[in-house]
Amino acid sequence: MATGRGAAAEACVGQVVLPGDVLLLPAHPDEDGERLRLGAGVAPRGRLLCGPGLRRCVAGLLVTKCGLLRHRPAGDGAAAGGAYWVDSQQKRYVPVKGDHVIGIVTAKAGDLFKLDVGGSEQASLSYLAFEGATKRNRPNVQVGDLIYGQFLVANKDMEPEMVCIDSSGRSSGMGIIGQDGFLFKVSLGLIRKLLAPKCEIIQELSQLYPFELVLGMNGRIWVKAKTVQQTLIIVNILEACEYMTAEQRKQALAKLSGN
Amino acid sequence: SSPSPGDTSVLAGLYGPAEVKGSKELPDRAALEVLLRPKVGLPGVIEHSREQLLRQTCEAVVLGTLHPRTAITLVLQVLSDAGSLLACCLNAACMGLLDAGLPLSSLFCGVTCALDPNGAIVLDPTTRQEQEARAVLTFAIDSAERKVLMATTKGSCSVEEMQQCLAAAQRAADTIFQFYRDSVRRRYSKS
Repeated sequence: MATGRGAAAEACVGQVVLPGDVLLLPAHPDEDGERLRLGAGVAPRGRLLCGPGLRRCVAGLLVTKCGLLRHRPAGDGAAAGGAYWVDSQQKRYVPVKGDHVIGIVTAKAGDLFKLDVGGSEQASLSYLAFEGATKRNRPNVQVGDLIYGQFLVANKDMEPEMVCIDSSGRSSGMGIIGQDGFLFKVSLGLIRKLLAPKCEIIQELSQLYPFELVLGMNGRIWVKAKTVQQTLIIVNILEACEYMTAEQRKQALAKLSGN
Repeated sequence: SSPSPGDTSVLAGLYGPAEVKGSKELPDRAALEVLLRPKVGLPGVIEHSREQLLRQTCEAVVLGTLHPRTAITLVLQVLSDAGSLLACCLNAACMGLLDAGLPLSSLFCGVTCALDPNGAIVLDPTTRQEQEARAVLTFAIDSAERKVLMATTKGSCSVEEMQQCLAAAQRAADTIFQFYRDSVRRRYSKS
C-alpha cells in the first residue's frame, strides 16, 4: 500500500478520491522539451486543465480535497486537452475570479463599499462599478443592502474586488437587490446543483408559486414570493433539498400544492 | 466528526479559512490554532501540550500557503475518555479537515501503543492498560508513505522496542485509512 500510490487518472473518474492520492496522466509521445520545433508543421498540443482540488506534482496530479473525480474530455477553448477536477462538498466560500456572488454592504469608506461575501476577507466595490454611474450620478447604496456582482480580482494575495457591470459596461442582471425577500445560506454543493442547466428542483418549485430567485456562488440564496408565507415555504424546501432524495421532494411538493 | 476507538469519543469542529486578528496574522500562510477542551474542568497544561502536538501535525499536512493571512481554528471537545485519547484526537482532527474541504497534501492518523511490563505491544490500550504499562507511545502516521509526522512517549523504552511499536503502528494505520475511505465513500454516495 505504501508503494502502489499512483493510479491512472482515467480509471478513477467518478470515484471517491482522498488527499494524498496521486493520479498518473498518460504520457505524451511527442513530449520532448529538448528539441525545438520549427515551421508550420507544429500541431499545438492540447493543454490539460487542472481544476479545483488538484495540484500538479512530479508524478502527475496530487489530490488535495476529498470528493468525486470528474473529467471533461478534450474539446475547444481554454482546456483543449481536457480537464480534471474534484467535486467536493464544502460550506466555506473562497473567492474565485469571475464568480457571481451575493454580498452584504457593511461599510461605506469614501468611494468604496466594503462587502461581506462569506470569505476570509471583505470585498471592495467601487461606486463607479455600476451601470450608468458617474461621479455626479452615484448609486444609492446603504449599509445593509444586498448586492449581486462578480469578482474582478480574487486571489490569495490581494483583497477581493467586485464589480456590478460586465466587460462591455452593461449590468446584465447584477446590481442592488430590491426590497423584501429572504436571504439564507446553504452549502456550495447545493448551489452548483441548482445552477446546473434544467435543474429539476427549480422547475418543480416554479410550478408551485411564482417567485424571484438569486443564487450566489458563495452559498447565499435570495428568494422573494408574493406573500411572506410562500417565501418561507420556498426557503424551507430549498434548505431541505440538500438531504432529501428526489421522491421525498416530490412528495413534499405534492402535499403543499394539494393544500 | 467523532470517531471513537472503543469508548473514547472526541467531537471536532473546524472553522476556516476565516478572518484573523492583526497580531496572529502570518503573511505567507494560514495561522492554524487548535483548542482542546476536556470533558470536565478547564483546559490545563496537558491540554495545551496536546494542542501544540496536534497543531504541528496539522500544519505539516495542510497547504497553508494557499490561504495566507487567514485563520484556521480546530476545536476538539472530549466527550468520553477510555484510553488512547491523543490518537483519537488526531483521527478526529484529520476527519474534520477532510470534511471542511481544506486543501491537504496527505491524510494522517493517530495510533497508540502501550508496552506492558512483559514487553508485549498492545495497540489502542484502555485507560487501565495505559496505567499498568511501562511506556505509552503515540504516533501520527501520514497516508502517503506511512512516514511518522509526530511521536510522543510517556515512560521509558529501548530503541528496539520503539522501532517495533512503530512498525506495528504503521500496519495498524492501514485499517484507519481504509475506514476514512469507506466513510467518505458513504457520504458521497448519498448525493
